[in-house]
Amino acid sequence: MRNFDYVAPTSLAEAVQAFGQAGGRARALAGGTDIIDQIRIGRRTPELLIDTKRVPEMMVLEDDGAGGLRIGAGVPLSRVRDHASVRAAYPALATAAGLVGAIQIQNRATLGGNVGNAAPSGDTIPPLMVLDATVVIAGPRGTREEPVANVFAGPGQLTIQPDECLVEFRVPAPRANTSSYYVRFIPRAEMDIAVVGVGVSMMLNGGGQVEDVSIALASVAPTPVAATAAQDVLRGQTLTRELAREAGERAEEATSPISDVRGSADYRRELTKVLTRRAVAACAGQLGVSLS
Amino acid sequence: MMSNRKLVQFTVNGNPVEVAIAPRQTLLEVIRDEVDLTGAKEGCSNGNCGSCTVEVDGVTINSCCALGVEMEGRTINTIEGLAPGLDLHPIQQAFMENGGLQCGICTPGFILSTDHLLKMIPNPSEEEIRLYLAGNLCRCTGYDKIVRSVQAAASAMSS
Repeated sequence: MRNFDYVAPTSLAEAVQAFGQAGGRARALAGGTDIIDQIRIGRRTPELLIDTKRVPEMMVLEDDGAGGLRIGAGVPLSRVRDHASVRAAYPALATAAGLVGAIQIQNRATLGGNVGNAAPSGDTIPPLMVLDATVVIAGPRGTREEPVANVFAGPGQLTIQPDECLVEFRVPAPRANTSSYYVRFIPRAEMDIAVVGVGVSMMLNGGGQVEDVSIALASVAPTPVAATAAQDVLRGQTLTRELAREAGERAEEATSPISDVRGSADYRRELTKVLTRRAVAACAGQLGVSLS
Repeated sequence: MMSNRKLVQFTVNGNPVEVAIAPRQTLLEVIRDEVDLTGAKEGCSNGNCGSCTVEVDGVTINSCCALGVEMEGRTINTIEGLAPGLDLHPIQQAFMENGGLQCGICTPGFILSTDHLLKMIPNPSEEEIRLYLAGNLCRCTGYDKIVRSVQAAASAMSS
């Protein structure tokens, strides 16, 4: 592996200074499961790795005081996967955290890494998007908070500046009568990258109609994308099998898939329809509404 | 370029060590080439095969996808530290008695993943065993005997 420098700041101020001074020649080292391999094969060539695991703000995993959750960008996915309030309030995120790689990977890999690596297939990204999560971004010009959905520029590319870093994710308090679900298709049981992934968050009103719904897709476009046409089909309606099927059909409009070793563009479009229908039905099931 | 080595202190199998490590050295390289413990193996070098599995601060990781310089103050356990001296850990005994290995390259990783599994779920179902060992690949024994070895270890350790 080519050489590089390494620093392990112990405060956010130190980390911001390190990213600022490096001016884009640095990458964050959280779990390392993507960046170390990328350096080894020459895909990324940072001159400096900045270890985020000793920065307290990047390692928080706690209630935000308003019923929501703060998840540091450097917290291992196994802690997210096993966290009682993630499992109870954000099931889509708990599921996705338990799907990334194997146990050894989940013990290292992080939300900051999954988002920062910006793979269109990142399993935790659709759940973060449909849960309306934001990410705190720090840099030499100050700290700001962006919806997770806004930070993706293309495969492997974020909209944040090269001298900025991801600090923590904030997931708002779950609303009443709301649930979420994530499903992906891979050709085997474990240890693969999503051919297509679908996240759904849905809120029902007292009359059983869809009060609000959010759907996001992985692996079907250069970035993870919201399936807005599918959302529009569902909103305000009473859930039926036919409506879930129609949402699936309309989800395809958000896709612009490529053909690659994991599947053809046509296959991804078809999977998007099927998985969206199933995810809507499963999410409804979690809310006590059976579409079978 | 090995000029930017840093002195890093951590413990391996209970023994404190201090090693001068270049940032480019993976934890696997440090354990094998600097600490001279060769139980952890290099297989795929990209986090798929699990042959390099070690335990850091109580959880298993792929040591090929971690850097040695990250280990300041960490507690590392390798296959060599699982049982004292020449004794065998019940998991090692169970793999031996149930034919859970042939060439042995993947075995240290399988055994440490089994140890991690049994600490979290003392009596796992076959499905849980296959899930928790999904990050360890074996090219010769096949997985049925490995699953049986894990079941035998769980049974021996809970009796």
